[in-house]
Amino acid sequence: MTASSSLPKYPTGGAGGVKPPAANASRSFIARNPSVLIFLLALAAFTIIVTIASEAYGVGFISTSFVKTLGKTLCLCLVALAMDLIWGYAGILSLGHMAFFALGGYMIGMWLMYARTEEIVVAALAQGGLPATPEEVTQGIATQIFGVVGSSDLPVIWSFAHSLPLQLILALAVPGLLALIFGWLAFRSRVTGVYLSILTQAMTLALALYLFQNDSGLRGNNGLSGLQNLPGLGDTSQDLVSVWFFWASALALGVGYLVLASVVSGKFGSVIRAIRDDEARVRFLGYPVEGYKLFLFTLTAIIAAIAGALYYPQAGIINPAELAPIASIYLAVWVAIGGRGRLYGAVIGAALVSLVSSWFTSGQVPSIPLGFATIHWVDWWLVLLGAAFVGVTLFAPKGIGGLFDRFQGIATPDRKGAALGPDDGSLQEREAQE
Amino acid sequence: MTALLEVSGLSVSFDGFRAINNLSFSIGPAELRAIIGPNGAGKTTFMDIVTGKTRPDTGSVTFGERSISLLGMNEARIAREGIGRKFQRPTVFEDQTVTDNLILALKAPRSPWRVLGWRPKAPDMARVQALAEEVGLGDHLARKSGELSHGQKQWLEIAMLLAQEPKLLLVDEPAAGMTPAEREQTTTLLVSLAKTRAVVVVEHDMDFVRRLNCRVTVLHEGSVLAEGSLDHVTQNAQVINVYLGRG
Ligand SMILES: Nc1ncnc2c1ncn2[C@@H]1O[C@H](COP(=O)(O)OP(=O)(O)OP(=O)(O)O)[C@@H](O)[C@H]1O
Ligand SMILES: [Mg+2]
Repeated sequence: MTASSSLPKYPTGGAGGVKPPAANASRSFIARNPSVLIFLLALAAFTIIVTIASEAYGVGFISTSFVKTLGKTLCLCLVALAMDLIWGYAGILSLGHMAFFALGGYMIGMWLMYARTEEIVVAALAQGGLPATPEEVTQGIATQIFGVVGSSDLPVIWSFAHSLPLQLILALAVPGLLALIFGWLAFRSRVTGVYLSILTQAMTLALALYLFQNDSGLRGNNGLSGLQNLPGLGDTSQDLVSVWFFWASALALGVGYLVLASVVSGKFGSVIRAIRDDEARVRFLGYPVEGYKLFLFTLTAIIAAIAGALYYPQAGIINPAELAPIASIYLAVWVAIGGRGRLYGAVIGAALVSLVSSWFTSGQVPSIPLGFATIHWVDWWLVLLGAAFVGVTLFAPKGIGGLFDRFQGIATPDRKGAALGPDDGSLQEREAQE
Repeated sequence: MTALLEVSGLSVSFDGFRAINNLSFSIGPAELRAIIGPNGAGKTTFMDIVTGKTRPDTGSVTFGERSISLLGMNEARIAREGIGRKFQRPTVFEDQTVTDNLILALKAPRSPWRVLGWRPKAPDMARVQALAEEVGLGDHLARKSGELSHGQKQWLEIAMLLAQEPKLLLVDEPAAGMTPAEREQTTTLLVSLAKTRAVVVVEHDMDFVRRLNCRVTVLHEGSVLAEGSLDHVTQNAQVINVYLGRG
C-alpha cells in the first residue's frame, strides 16, 4: 500500500471516479428497488386475471373452489414474507410462526362462528312466536357451539366473540402478545441458533396440545367450522365471497410486500442483516440486538396472524392440527426453496410449493406403477418435497430467487469464509469471537 | 485530570482459574496507553470486561465524567456510552457495501423505532464520504466489503470506529498480520487519535509499542506487574523474568 498525497498517513484506494456521496440516498424508493414495482404490477395483473376468469365476476373459467385455493395461496405468501424477514434477513430460524398464523385464524373464526350461530339461533327461537330474551339467545349459541364437546356454557375467552371489531383486535393482539412474551424470555437469555428453533417448535407443539383438549374453550379437536359463511350475508353465494376474500388477500399481500420492502431496504434492514451475520459485532456498535429481535419476532407474528385471519375464512375450518410443528417447518422449506433474504423469493417459494403440494395431494396426479411397487403421489409427495429441499440446500442455496441474479448477471465472487450472497451470510466465518 | 476509565479490585475466574486477579487500572480522557504481557496474562479478558462481554466476580469499573459504573450494563449500552472496540481480526459486514457499513457505525440513534425512521441526509453522506476517503476507501463506497482486501477491511473497520466517535478506544493487537508499512500507518493513526480521546492498545510487538511512545502497563497473571515508560518497565527485573526473558 502506498501513501496518498493528501493524507500521507493513510493508504490510498485504486484510481477511479469518485461518486457523488448522496447518489444512493437521493434516489426514490422504487428506483432503488425495481423488484417492488414489478411485484406489485404482477400481483395486480394476477388479481385482474383471476377476477375475469372467476364464476362471480367473469367467464367462469376458474371454479370457486380454485379461487379459494388461490386466495389461500396469497395468504401463505404473506406469512412466507414474514418468515423471510425473520429468517432470511435477521437469521432467526423460527419454527413456530404457523402458530401465530393459526391463532389469527382462531380469533377471527370465533366471531364468524358466534355471529353466524347467533343468526341461526335467533331465527329458530323466532319460530316459537315470542321474541327470545338475550339470555335465551346466548344459551342457544353456547349449546350450539359447545354441544360437541359436551358443554353448554360459553367460555370466558368468547366474551368478545359477539363483536367483530373486538375480535379483530384480538386477532392481532393475542398472537402479538404471545410473540412478545415468548420472544422476551427467549432473546433475553440469548437463546440463538438451533436452540431457538427447538424452543419455537416446543411453543407451537404445546399450544397445539392445549387446543386439542376439549376444555380449551376452542372446541378441542373439532376446531371451528363453517367459517366460510359470512354472518349477515347468508344469501350471498360463495362465488362472490370467494372473490372478495381473494381481493382482500391480494391487497394484504401487496401492502405487506410494500411495507416489508421499505423496512428491509433502509438502515433497519442493514442492521438486521448485520445481526444475522455477526450479532456480537452489532452489539459493540451500540445496537440493542435483543430489542431488534423482539421487535422482529412480534412484527412478523402479527403479519402471520393477519395472513391467518384471511386464510381460514377461505378454508372454512380450523383445528389444532393447523398448529402442528410440521406446519412451521413447511413454512421454512417454502422460504428456503424460494430463496431467503429476498422478498420475492419467499413469495415464489410459498406459491409454487403450496400449489404443487395441493396438486399432488389432491389425488389428481397419476400413480406410477413400478411393477414391484406403485408410487402414489399422495404419499410420495413429501419424499419429493424433502428431496427438493435437500437439493436446493446443497446445490442452490439461493433458491429459485437466485435464478434472477443469473438473468441480471450479478456475479458473486466465490470466496472462502466470506459471505457475499444474501443467503450464505449466516454461514460466515465467525470472526468476532476472540 | 480525572480518569476517564477507572478499574479497581477487578477479579474474574473461569472454572476456578483466576484470569484477572485484583486488577486496578486507570486512564485519562486523552491518553494513549499500551498494555503488554505474556500470552494468557488476561489482556483480552480485561477488554472483555470493560466492554461488557464478561462479567467480573468482584471489583468496579467506572467510566466518564460522572464516573458511572459499567458493571451491569450490556455490551450495546456500554458501546453507546462511548467505548469502541477493535478486534484483532477485521470484522466488517461482508455482505454489505462500504457505505452501509459506515452508516451502521455512524453516531445516530440506535433503537429499532428510531432506526426505522432514519434516512441518510446530506451531512451523513458527506461524513461517510469523508471517513472513507480518510482511510483510502473513497472509491470503493459502493462495493461489498467482502470483496475488499484484508488490509482494506482493516481500514474500513477503523473508519467504522471513527464514525462511532468513541471516547475510549480499545484496540487488540492491531499490528498482527500487517506489513511494516501498514504498522507505520497504524501507529501514526493511533497517536493522532489519542489527541482527542483515550486509546488502549494491546500489543506483543515491542517495536510497535516503542513507536507509540506512551505509558506502558505490563500485565502478568491477571494483575499489573509494572507501569511506566517502555524503558522503565523493560528494566524491571520481574518483567524481564516473566516476559522478556523468555524470548
Ligand atoms: N471464556 C473463557 N473461559 C475460560 N477461560 C478463559 C476464557 N477467557 C479467557 N480465559 C483464560 O483466561 C486467561 C487469560 O486469557 P486472555 O485471552 O485474556 O489472555 P491474553 O492476555 O489476551 O493472551 P494473548 O496474548 O494470548 O492474547 C487464559 O488462560 C485463558 O485461557
Ligand atoms: Mg488476547
